[in-house]
Amino acid sequence: MAKHSAEVVIEGLKKILIKEKEGMDEEVQGIVEMFMAELQGGMAASHQHDPDAQRLERGFDFFKNKIFDKNPEFFEALAKKQQPRFLVIGCSDSRVNPPTILNFNLGEAFMSRNIGNMVPQFDQLRHAEIGSVIEYAVKHLEVANILVMGHSHCGGIERLMELPDPTLTHDFLDEWVKIGLPAKNKVLEQCNHLGTEEQKRLVEKESVKNSMANLLTYPFVRNAVVNGTITLRGGYYNFDSGTFQQWKLCTKPMP
Amino acid sequence: MANHSAEVVVEGLKKILISVKEGLDEKVQGKVEKLIAELQGTVPPSHEPFDPDAQKLELGFDFFKNNIFDKNPEYFRELAEAQHPKFLVFACSDSRVSPSIVLNFKLGEAFIGRNIANMVPQFDQWRHTEIGSVIEYAVKELGVENILVMGHSHCGGIARLMELPDHSCSHMSQTYDFIDEWVKIGLPAKQKVKEEANHLPEEEQLRLLEKESVENSMANLLTYPFVRNAVENGSITLRGGYYNFDNGTFEQWKM
Repeated sequence: MAKHSAEVVIEGLKKILIKEKEGMDEEVQGIVEMFMAELQGGMAASHQHDPDAQRLERGFDFFKNKIFDKNPEFFEALAKKQQPRFLVIGCSDSRVNPPTILNFNLGEAFMSRNIGNMVPQFDQLRHAEIGSVIEYAVKHLEVANILVMGHSHCGGIERLMELPDPTLTHDFLDEWVKIGLPAKNKVLEQCNHLGTEEQKRLVEKESVKNSMANLLTYPFVRNAVVNGTITLRGGYYNFDSGTFQQWKLCTKPMP
Repeated sequence: MANHSAEVVVEGLKKILISVKEGLDEKVQGKVEKLIAELQGTVPPSHEPFDPDAQKLELGFDFFKNNIFDKNPEYFRELAEAQHPKFLVFACSDSRVSPSIVLNFKLGEAFIGRNIANMVPQFDQWRHTEIGSVIEYAVKELGVENILVMGHSHCGGIARLMELPDHSCSHMSQTYDFIDEWVKIGLPAKQKVKEEANHLPEEEQLRLLEKESVENSMANLLTYPFVRNAVENGSITLRGGYYNFDNGTFEQWKM
């Protein structure tokens, strides 16, 4: 009886937390969560007094209640197979999540996320990570589009602009962002008269174009582009102005 | 006059598309999108071929802009200045497991890396600069408090890992440029599952391997000195997660 009551109270409190998600005072939320943890009693010790674990659990509960349980047929079909039309290469930046910014539903976009949303040239030794994502997307999933999405205030591009930097060395970061050097050189050649911030905005976009060009060094991408089965697209999200630009590489003859 | 009417109709049509996003018949949707493009005058019907995938991106961004960005100006102004995510999340590139949706992360909450089978290789400055730079930026620049490696059911990368021969001289019907080399990161996990659970049916072994591979990646995180130091200092918690989309469950644990 006591256990059942606890469950009822916990379910009720979970619903309140989900409903008031946006406006809930942090302290109140913490108190409620601790209370729920106490009631649960048998809850794994690792979740008690672990607000970050609770954050993950709450996040999943929200998804389960509002999306997963409300669309059983959709998720049953999705469990059997994914058929995304897009491969999206986005930055790891927490502010530019492509499924949020471009409102992709689950199942719509195969994703790669890295620093500066960069695509290096084909290199089986050094770039198996992104190579395997592109390979799987093109050969297995037969995506119709590859979108490289850049954004404003990109930390990776900022680091690229700072190089060479004798005062600070990284284990990995500098080596990675150097992929964008052709883009940086182009902007510095053509726009050296502009201010640093303006140059950064330009390099952010030019780096997208550089990555699009690098995609063509993957034979399976190049073949698909030439055949017309894949379209290469560039995108740029500016979160100062709240705008999104897109363009594409065209191989079809103009009418 | 005609322009204003066109704008009114376009806005109305956009709202209709957004509101019935889930249920609009594909053909009808295509026709509506084409009409929007014509009315907007941005795609003169006689000159440029209709591009439904470009329209999809534009409509997706419009949805985000109208329902999220414009409704939270102060939030986005702050976010534009700096990001302070508490989580670094590694998830699979699979279109069905976007962590922002499955764990309900708002923009700004999670720095994200996505690759085939959500794997973290051992520290290697030559071969793994992509993931190395993500971890490095998250730990050193952003000071994240958690690194979550999130696995999932029906992972194509894990399935491929399972198919790989144990002996390098075996014949394989298909060779890949990148995929096999990448998923081999999970070999220690596969070995463990084969040793302990070889008697189980294939599907069950795959589920176990999906989770064991997460553990393997968590262990590999400790080969990055800046991660190990932060874990020893208690400033970072390493977490594993597993999303099963057959039964709609999420498990989590921590090191």
